[in-house]
Amino acid sequence: MTAEYGKAAGAVGGGRNWTVGLRNRLSTLVPPGQLLPDRQPVYVASWIYVFGVLTLSALVVALLSGAWLAVGGVAWWHVSSLGRFANSLHLWSVELFFAFMVIHLWGKFWMAAWRGKRALTWITGVIAFVTSIGTAFTGYLSQSNFDAQWISTQAKDGLNSIGFGAWFNVLNPGQMLLWHVVLLPFVVGVLTVVHLLQVRRHGVVPPLDAEAGD
Amino acid sequence: MAATTARPRPSRPARPAHPTPDSHSFPTRPYDLVKEFVFALLVVTVLTAVLAGLFSSPDEKAITMRTWAQAAPGDVVATAAGELAGTTTSATYGPPYNSAAEGQKLLGLPLQKWGGVRLPVDSQKLVLQPLAQVSGNPALTAALTQWTAASKAQQTAWATSYSDALAKAPGGQPGQVPPGDYGPVPAIAAGFLTLARTGGLEGALTSSGNFYGGDQTRALLLLSDGAYLEDTARAQQLGGDQWGMMNETGNYPGQPWMWLYTFWYQVKPFSTSENADALVWGLMMVLTLGLMFLPFIPGLRSIPRWIPVHRLIWRDYYRRHPRRT
Repeated sequence: MTAEYGKAAGAVGGGRNWTVGLRNRLSTLVPPGQLLPDRQPVYVASWIYVFGVLTLSALVVALLSGAWLAVGGVAWWHVSSLGRFANSLHLWSVELFFAFMVIHLWGKFWMAAWRGKRALTWITGVIAFVTSIGTAFTGYLSQSNFDAQWISTQAKDGLNSIGFGAWFNVLNPGQMLLWHVVLLPFVVGVLTVVHLLQVRRHGVVPPLDAEAGD
Repeated sequence: MAATTARPRPSRPARPAHPTPDSHSFPTRPYDLVKEFVFALLVVTVLTAVLAGLFSSPDEKAITMRTWAQAAPGDVVATAAGELAGTTTSATYGPPYNSAAEGQKLLGLPLQKWGGVRLPVDSQKLVLQPLAQVSGNPALTAALTQWTAASKAQQTAWATSYSDALAKAPGGQPGQVPPGDYGPVPAIAAGFLTLARTGGLEGALTSSGNFYGGDQTRALLLLSDGAYLEDTARAQQLGGDQWGMMNETGNYPGQPWMWLYTFWYQVKPFSTSENADALVWGLMMVLTLGLMFLPFIPGLRSIPRWIPVHRLIWRDYYRRHPRRT
């Protein structure tokens, strides 16, 4: 119905109506009923599938604990036991996030989960993994403690060696904090949404050598 | 066991170019995605809270210039003399701080040089600028005046002589340095140590006339030019050749996801190369691109078929469809 309407409206606009074009694009991103499905293929029967949703859950906990830390400011967690607990939540949620994500990645590798036009799902997942490493790294640089001092003075050499340090100054905690709490989480968030949409669009990859209807 | 239903086959013909069938063409069973996510979120939240409650998080206080001056006064004096002589790491670094060197290269490409001197740092000013703000110290003021009036060659000669003498002095102690032609350098270095002891050095280095400061580039470069920061880190197994890039203080996991990046620094040729950082970064970028485009790389993309871990993952499916194994 929506698609039919879209086609009709697009025809009225001479096919150049941006709004109709975007609406049509969004409506066809995921097959009907697959954005939030209430059924799944029977071959989805392994604990390895849990690590995708665990990764997403850990990301949510990391974002919420990070937001809690942000409320108190940069130095709050150094002088408050409650702040220290918030920082500990943030640290451990990130540790769990990476543990789950790496297991998820290995699981998808052994499934060859890029098959059936799912290459973009794999690629967005890898980029999200690498971007997450950068996000965690800038978190370590934003701690305003000895770890931040040592890690930043060591990391500068790697970044400077390829010319990147001239623009991404790890010795500037103000710059690193903004990358950590705004820019990189935004990128990770967008990549996560695209990744999930790709998963819902193509569905869970079937077993190797499976045939339709099995 | 929930009943399964077969979805109708897609009406369009099969496409031989993509032998992997449409996942929507397989029998299905009931599934509650939202419930799964909510349960997972609860489990992860509780697990995170338990870990945070049990293990907390590391927070070793930052080294201040005052603690540096109290713990290693000789190192502060030697660093100050080195900055004046232009022999410290930051003074000889190259881009993005200065043009003293070209920096590292990757496959002959001077990427560090191409990055440009976008964060200019004058190593002598790391010492002289904070001292210029000190008042009520006539001896220091006279030393600074003498330094400023001298030629560049004379300044370098004084500072180099004093640095060399400090290096040879027992324990690197300034008080053990034999008399020599050091000009005002000993007085300047001593004044720098006094300023560091007062706790006023950080502010003088980071504010640069700006009330809010916020950029610690110069203070961190100065601190890392000394030996104290690295000695403190190495004592906690945080050195570059101690897998330190993936560790953090205390008994915490640190950044284990950095293991591969850290690994290369432990082995030759990276561990002995002057271009180690550029080489490791270049290698990691190639490996990352390889992982990203793995679906298109013949051979690598077939590994999951050769090593059949997938038979464990889909063991129920293959049990029901033995012809597929």
